[in-house]
Amino acid sequence: MFPFSIGHLAEGIILDYTIKIGGSAGQGLHTIGDALARVFARSGYHVFSHQDYESRIRGGHNFYQIRFSDKPAMSSRERMDMIIALDKETVLCHATELAEGGQVVYDSETIKETLAGPQFFDIPFARLATNHGGSRLMANTAATGAVLGMIGMETNVLFTVIRDNFTKKGDEVIQANINAAAAGHEFAKNKCARCHFTASPPANPKMLIGGVEALAIGAIASGLKFYTAYPMTPATGIMNYISVHAAEFGIIVEQAEDEIAAINMALGAAFGGVRAMTGTSGGGFALMVEGLSLAAMTETPVVIALGQRPGPATGFPTRTEQGELQFALYAAHGEFPRVILAPGTPEQAFYAASKAFHLAEKYQIPVIILFDQYFGDCQWTYDGFDFGKTVYHDYRLRGDTFAGFKNYKRHAFTQTGVSPLGVPGDARHVVVTDSDEHDEEGHIVEDAETRKKMVDKRLFKKMPLIRREIAPPLLYGSEKPEIVLAGWGSSYGLIKEAVDALSRDYEIAMLHFSEIYPLPPAEQTAYLKILGEARMAICIENNATGQFARLMRAEAGYVFTHSINRFDGRPFMLEELIGEINGFLGRV
Amino acid sequence: MASLEEYDGQTPSWCPGCGNFSILKTFKEALVELSIEPHQFTIVSGIGQSGKFPHYMKCNTFNGLHGRTLPVATALKLVNSGQVVIAVAGDGDCYGEGGNHLIHAMRRNINVKLFVHDNQVYGLTKGQASPTTLEGTHPKNLPFGVLSETFNPMALAVAMDCSFAARTFSGDLQHLKETIKAAILHKGFSLVDILQPCVSYNKVNTYEWYSQRVYHIGPDYNPENRIGAFQQALEWGDQIPMGIIYRHHRRTFEEGVPLISEKPLVRQEQSADMAKLDEAIREFY
Repeated sequence: MFPFSIGHLAEGIILDYTIKIGGSAGQGLHTIGDALARVFARSGYHVFSHQDYESRIRGGHNFYQIRFSDKPAMSSRERMDMIIALDKETVLCHATELAEGGQVVYDSETIKETLAGPQFFDIPFARLATNHGGSRLMANTAATGAVLGMIGMETNVLFTVIRDNFTKKGDEVIQANINAAAAGHEFAKNKCARCHFTASPPANPKMLIGGVEALAIGAIASGLKFYTAYPMTPATGIMNYISVHAAEFGIIVEQAEDEIAAINMALGAAFGGVRAMTGTSGGGFALMVEGLSLAAMTETPVVIALGQRPGPATGFPTRTEQGELQFALYAAHGEFPRVILAPGTPEQAFYAASKAFHLAEKYQIPVIILFDQYFGDCQWTYDGFDFGKTVYHDYRLRGDTFAGFKNYKRHAFTQTGVSPLGVPGDARHVVVTDSDEHDEEGHIVEDAETRKKMVDKRLFKKMPLIRREIAPPLLYGSEKPEIVLAGWGSSYGLIKEAVDALSRDYEIAMLHFSEIYPLPPAEQTAYLKILGEARMAICIENNATGQFARLMRAEAGYVFTHSINRFDGRPFMLEELIGEINGFLGRV
Repeated sequence: MASLEEYDGQTPSWCPGCGNFSILKTFKEALVELSIEPHQFTIVSGIGQSGKFPHYMKCNTFNGLHGRTLPVATALKLVNSGQVVIAVAGDGDCYGEGGNHLIHAMRRNINVKLFVHDNQVYGLTKGQASPTTLEGTHPKNLPFGVLSETFNPMALAVAMDCSFAARTFSGDLQHLKETIKAAILHKGFSLVDILQPCVSYNKVNTYEWYSQRVYHIGPDYNPENRIGAFQQALEWGDQIPMGIIYRHHRRTFEEGVPLISEKPLVRQEQSADMAKLDEAIREFY
């Protein structure tokens, strides 16, 4: 029996713990967090982690929060079962989050203070590391071992993680770290009077993957050949992942001199004949806006990953918000079609990348994948991704097919509004496009008639076809709900768990939109009926003004009865959201 | 070899007497002489009178945004390296709006040829100052005249170790053609600043003004001496040197990308290798 009382939300869940590792930047809390998350995933648990950090390289206060459970975990909790405090600040900031029976683990020799109370567990990480591993540098490894000791898990999986992490540093370093981990484990197991834990039987290892990584892999799986960006949190992780794997997958990655260059490079590459993508955050996207319009006018396919963070201006560079939906919707001059996808999980991001490239190329339009810092940095566990569910079709005219094409005109009028996209140099045809209004061949025109036909082609012909490609929102929970919790993007897991927690008492459901714009077509508007028939429809958004609610009002004429908004730069916590919903329901 | 007629495009809408006409004609001749056929090269142009250039001939064309020719051209060259990639911009376009991209194109040494139609004025917007408008002159919209120092593209090029930097004049057809050809044949980023009169809006730097000042750099000049080149680049006023001001054969950007050393990216397999992806995804377990 594990004494940590964590206020389980639903019955039947045996294990659902949250661990917070806190410290200042540079202390290596990532080393502990990454290793623990990996150990839990490899041991077959469901893991959900998220990170909270400041815009600095050293100092400040950061934390890494890991939830692990034997049931799917997909949101962050408010109460901590264990806090690993690498500094005093962590204790001061987070001790009140401790669940009943929870433990704060710290090293009195490092923080130079002994903390009184049964909730504090003093482990000499640095001394254990020095004595058993040979260096103080391994204090974090000792701490990782100690955590496993406290919760009654064995060290064998951790040892495999250590071996993987230190392969390049050689056997000596691996062994030293194993010794440090074992020492921490042994110490905690023997000295933690309050830790009695029955570990659940080991299950098959799970895949542990973060939002931006899934997005990046999805892009690679979709035939990405050119990625360019200017570094900006929270989108930089996409470039990091792709550049590491660029040679392996035949991708060119170029860091642009600014975001204006990035979007224009992406368009140059796409015009040249390959799938291209860029990624940024709101400030960088602001610089890309003219290029977005250029993509529309030249009908050049491009995928833009837009990672939201709180604005305006520099805002909170490393924090989260869903504040750029309206910006993504209306950015750029002129009227043209665009698609906005907002995956809610790494798995959805993987498939969203594939769909983004597919739609961008099929309709020769810009597609925006909207995510946020919380989503980008959080990790989920899966049994795997199904590559078979990705879509790949090369719509470009290449080689002999292009050469055999009669009377080629880059912007020819067609039934669908989609013109043949030839690869320059692959045939004797020339490929001409222009940011000016142009004729079918791509040359500048000034006449009203061509203008009207071009707008008809680019916008009115394509838009209904594009709309038909958009999937309806996901309904989860009651099929005839009296309460609907609606959301988009990163709130997926949070809302889903809230529905699980409340479904015992209410006919409640989630409507989650991961394909936001255009809204699904009229024949797929069952969701509007569901919303209309609900007694209470709450739109949950990580922004101040309810941007998605505004979109629904503008495009579908639907007004939510309630809204819950958080805009302090932090993600919703599950208990907090349930508390707010209960408030609406008149429950304490 | 293609004939000159095969490069014919739309009818130009430039003002009669515009320097662009001779550039267009000479440019086509240079391509014929170099045996580069219309489908074998792409012109990326910006906005301004120069931006219309590719429409008046036959070639692959990306007429993009004001100031943004070089990023488009850079990526195009990287993915479709078999194409001869040419950027055509004006002085306002390239030296003003897109100045940052110019600096970085020089740094990258991407094998793109940049031709700047430099008439020292904004033509399309009717007579405002460009970065190369002479200090002390009084164009439209500047009540105190041009107070900023005149932008010197050649000096910038030498400072940035630009692989190839040349100046020529639209009124000297033979020199113009030879310079265009030399730039296209050069391996690496090439900047050609083409002085040209704007008959409608630049009443200072006229055909006569240029004709009286430009001179050919002599055969003894060594463009590969960077210090000497910098001195040469600073010469402007009563005497304006024309020719290859600076040249440095150095590694091109594409040569640093092993992926495209044998085959242009666009000619390689475009779909992802799913077996490799399976392999890559294992690191998440």
